[in-house]
Amino acid sequence: MIDVKNLSKSFGDHLVLDDISEHIYPGEKVVVIGPSGSGKSTFLRCLNLLEEPSKGVITFGGTVITDPKVKIDEVRQQMGMVFQHFNLFPNMTIRKNITLAPVRTGLMKQEEADYVAGTLLKRVDLLEKADAYPNQLSGGQKQRIAIVRALAMKPKVMLFDEPTSALDPEMVGEVLDVMKELAHEGMTMVVVTHEMGFAREVGSRVLFMDGGKILEQNTPKEFFANPQNERTKLFLSKVL
Amino acid sequence: MSIWTQLYENLPEVAARSGWQSIYAKFYQAWFESDRWMTYFRGLGTTLQVTVMALAIGVMLGVLVAVIRTAHDQQRVGQRNILLGIVNAVCKVYVTVIRGTPMMVQLMIMGFVIFKSSRNFTMVGALSLGINSGAYVAEIIRGGLMSLDPGQSEAGRSLGLSYLDTMRFIVIPQAFKAILPSLGNEFIVLLKDTSLISVIAGKEIVYFARAIITKTYEPMFPYLITAAMYLIMVLVFSWLQGKLERRLRQSDRR
Repeated sequence: MIDVKNLSKSFGDHLVLDDISEHIYPGEKVVVIGPSGSGKSTFLRCLNLLEEPSKGVITFGGTVITDPKVKIDEVRQQMGMVFQHFNLFPNMTIRKNITLAPVRTGLMKQEEADYVAGTLLKRVDLLEKADAYPNQLSGGQKQRIAIVRALAMKPKVMLFDEPTSALDPEMVGEVLDVMKELAHEGMTMVVVTHEMGFAREVGSRVLFMDGGKILEQNTPKEFFANPQNERTKLFLSKVL
Repeated sequence: MSIWTQLYENLPEVAARSGWQSIYAKFYQAWFESDRWMTYFRGLGTTLQVTVMALAIGVMLGVLVAVIRTAHDQQRVGQRNILLGIVNAVCKVYVTVIRGTPMMVQLMIMGFVIFKSSRNFTMVGALSLGINSGAYVAEIIRGGLMSLDPGQSEAGRSLGLSYLDTMRFIVIPQAFKAILPSLGNEFIVLLKDTSLISVIAGKEIVYFARAIITKTYEPMFPYLITAAMYLIMVLVFSWLQGKLERRLRQSDRR
């Protein structure tokens, strides 16, 4: 579904991603873990071109999205993204947050989008917040809304950039529950996270990144039971 | 005959007037005599007209320049647009020249050089002020656009919204709220700068105040009245601005 070939990214002299090649298959739940500064967020952000790769080719559903001629807005409509800091639009109600993109991109009429928003909000148990503003919500609620907002575009793949890192510990669970439900429905997901429990439970594959490279990857079971790489072992010994 | 005129007529000879009586006489001459107060309001009308026109020109130019300059700075690396580069350079020159030269000099160049054959001083004045204001408004808006969390536009773009839609629905409304105090300030400066168009014979308040002084030879009250009129306008505007700010803060409620 997403094919990454020889992806490199540098900020000035600083090489953040070093020649990464990877393939993400439909229905997979790929969990990317690694220490801070390992390039895992940058890797994720390259997948929908929020970061412009310095080198390499990314293909999504047969389209070479790194080609400058590609209409990137149309590609992004099929890739949902959830951010660490939610990035809800504070100047709009929750309903408007969710319906803005589907309506403006011509995916739905306003009434249809309102209906979809209602259904999605019901699913995450936040229907009564439809007319509230983001600042009136807790962190966990905001992140659930952010997930719903991405889902309203009916994406083929969902990218999560440390979705629980900015949350109070007691709110992590409610967000992870929504993500688990999404996973069970068969959504293709790429998740950058520090939640090892989530990786173990939901992930179909775990990638370990450090120094801009993918050092090791395996099924969660094997990965956590028998890490091969020395760096992976060290990392796991600290976080587990 | 109004009581003000009666009071004035009953004053003693100029030489025999007490301090208060001579002050009242000066005020009477500057305001009531020959219905001069109407002249100030004629000037006020022009001032407001020039302000509104200059504001419209300034905001349009400012938004245009700010959007061009921000769009230029936020282009995708592989897709530098040459046309945008040229337009951006023009915008930069415009902002530099306008901010680098005095308002009054710009007015005189516009009034006596570029539009020297024009008799419509008010329009020339409004145009010069608008062009001047545009440069400052552009920088205020650009600052507002840049101060916003980049995550906001990233969120918009990641949903598949175009650059312009992201600007229109997400970035600009939020930036507008942030820059409203600076914009208000710029508006006040603009309102007061309209007094400068009297140098190119624009018939606003100062122009008429001066005309009155040439008749009465008394500068104190005409200038004080002018100052009071500006002050009242600024006070009213500040009050309105405060109201607008409170309304925009609606979404901040917790």
